[in-house]
Amino acid sequence: MKSTLMRAGYKKVSRQMNDVFLQFASKVIFFLIVMFAFNLFFAGHYTPGGGFVGGLLGASAVVLLLIAFDRKTVHKMMPIDYRFMITLGLVFAGVVPTLSFLFGTPFFQHQFTYVEVPILQELSLHTAVLFDIGVFLTVMGACLLIITLVAEEKA
Amino acid sequence: MLTNILPLIPIMLPFFMAVIMLLVGKRPVKHRAIAAIGGLILIIVSAYQVFFVYQNGMYVTYIGGWEPPFGITVVIDMVAAILVLTTSIIVFFITVFSFQSIGEPREKYYFYAMVMVMLTGINGAFLTGDIFNMFVFFEVFLLSSYILITLGGEKLQLPEGFKYVLINLVSSNFFVLGLAYLYSVTGTLNMADMQMKIASYEGDTTGLTIVAIVFLLVFATKAGMFPLYSWLPNSYAAPPVPILALFGALLTKVGIYAIARTFSLFFVDNVEFTSTIILVLAVLTIISGCIGALAYLDMKKVIIYNIIIAVGVILVGFAIMDAAGSIGAMYYLIHDMLIKAALFLLIGVIIFRTGETNSERLGGLIKVHPVLGWTFFIAGLSLAGVPPLSGFYGKLFIVESALDNQMFIAAIVVLLSSLVVLYSIMRVFMNVFWGEDMDFDRLKDVKMDKMMFSAISLVVIAVVFGLSADFLYPLFEMAAQSFYDPASYSSYLLEVQ
Repeated sequence: MKSTLMRAGYKKVSRQMNDVFLQFASKVIFFLIVMFAFNLFFAGHYTPGGGFVGGLLGASAVVLLLIAFDRKTVHKMMPIDYRFMITLGLVFAGVVPTLSFLFGTPFFQHQFTYVEVPILQELSLHTAVLFDIGVFLTVMGACLLIITLVAEEKA
Repeated sequence: MLTNILPLIPIMLPFFMAVIMLLVGKRPVKHRAIAAIGGLILIIVSAYQVFFVYQNGMYVTYIGGWEPPFGITVVIDMVAAILVLTTSIIVFFITVFSFQSIGEPREKYYFYAMVMVMLTGINGAFLTGDIFNMFVFFEVFLLSSYILITLGGEKLQLPEGFKYVLINLVSSNFFVLGLAYLYSVTGTLNMADMQMKIASYEGDTTGLTIVAIVFLLVFATKAGMFPLYSWLPNSYAAPPVPILALFGALLTKVGIYAIARTFSLFFVDNVEFTSTIILVLAVLTIISGCIGALAYLDMKKVIIYNIIIAVGVILVGFAIMDAAGSIGAMYYLIHDMLIKAALFLLIGVIIFRTGETNSERLGGLIKVHPVLGWTFFIAGLSLAGVPPLSGFYGKLFIVESALDNQMFIAAIVVLLSSLVVLYSIMRVFMNVFWGEDMDFDRLKDVKMDKMMFSAISLVVIAVVFGLSADFLYPLFEMAAQSFYDPASYSSYLLEVQ
């Protein structure tokens, strides 16, 4: 966009583009996307969805912020090290299936139970969710790491 | 309980090592410690696994507790156990070798973590009993190999790495395509179940032959067989020696393993056609490898072309696929993994000491490094298969089975290739260690005790393997049975049903 403006005759282009519409809209849409990402994430296991899709959507929400603002601002909003995010995801994805040995069951065997919660009534608790959190974090972290690295290269 | 945990340790332990390295951050010394300790544990576990399989026969675990034909199985027969043991030995010594040779910048950018992820993929591809899962593990080790081949970003690495990525992506696409065909024909992805369904099917199996060709195309690219090996020499020569040793010793062998596994289990109905085509390609592979090995004086290139010769020799054994042929191919496969890793590490020591890869510019090194020189000499003899060193038994069985089946041309080519191998490797030896003295002031002052340790240890292991071939024969007989008698591989399904 910067170079297009340069070619169009704008001599001096400020370092940060203040596109009010984009910034305002992205603040709202960011939360919509994140909500939808969580919705897809928890819809997984029985219906289409899960950690991978959720992670991709979550990453896309942050990418929208990256487009509207710049990397520094986004980093101030969410001071997360994406490498650590990937590592944490891998720890979840690796440790949870291994822990099933404690139950004397094969690798990756899931454990679940049903609990009664007052208002929400019957809930199923599932170790697959923990594994999926790992997938979510890994996918989101990897996407964001790649995108920020590619973006940094140009600066 | 034990049979639940044991099969997954070779897959999960390297994965956890990689994760711990990521948690530790960019601290090379800690990475080294983790890689070395984890590698040792892995060697012990996989040695125990070989012993366990030898005592109790092959064993299986069902991931997630799903019933066999539906879920993913991890099947550990003798072939997988021996290959995993060899792989972990090689990876351990190559990581020790890298301590002094790969350089701090690469270590900081998670070199060891990538090696461990690659080990996860390779072990997984050996152990899995599900053909789609094998594809997934192929992708796991290929993805980390893409990183390893370009890690450091030297001028030569990037174009060669790009070629490598492109070729492997295309062949992986064909892998998925072949899997889709196979699934549409048989309706299952479990390798044992597929074998039983194909063996009991009595209709027309022309379709399967087409699938066989697709699979051959895929694995021939990964293994470096005749028309499709042209990417291999240049791509492998680009990265530094430890990575080259990992690739040369392990990656092509996974391709060979996949050819042997799929062609012994699935494509058995039209044997005259499939075995002939593999045999012809294998012989052509040997010949083209020989031409390359004779044409170059560059040490890296000579040994890389020797990989191609070895791929051909092993595939001659697997193409015939009778008892003697499979035993010979298994012997030669293990021998070649060990000795190729050892030779790459030995020339690695020379390259790091002198800064030269062209053997013509060196000479007289025997005066400075007598131990290195004679170790190289023994490794060269072993590579060519001089009895009683390790290459001999494999070739003996392969030639014997080729003669039994009236495949005289293949037998003669295998025998003549030994001479070419001997000549090419001895030429390197004489150029580097004998001949006119080079300028010894040019030698770089590098620490090399760990490099020497791992290179010499691998040669010693290869020699011991050759000398104890008789003692190890029951293991290899057991391993070869999975190939020439595929029903024994799928027998675990009968116990369940």
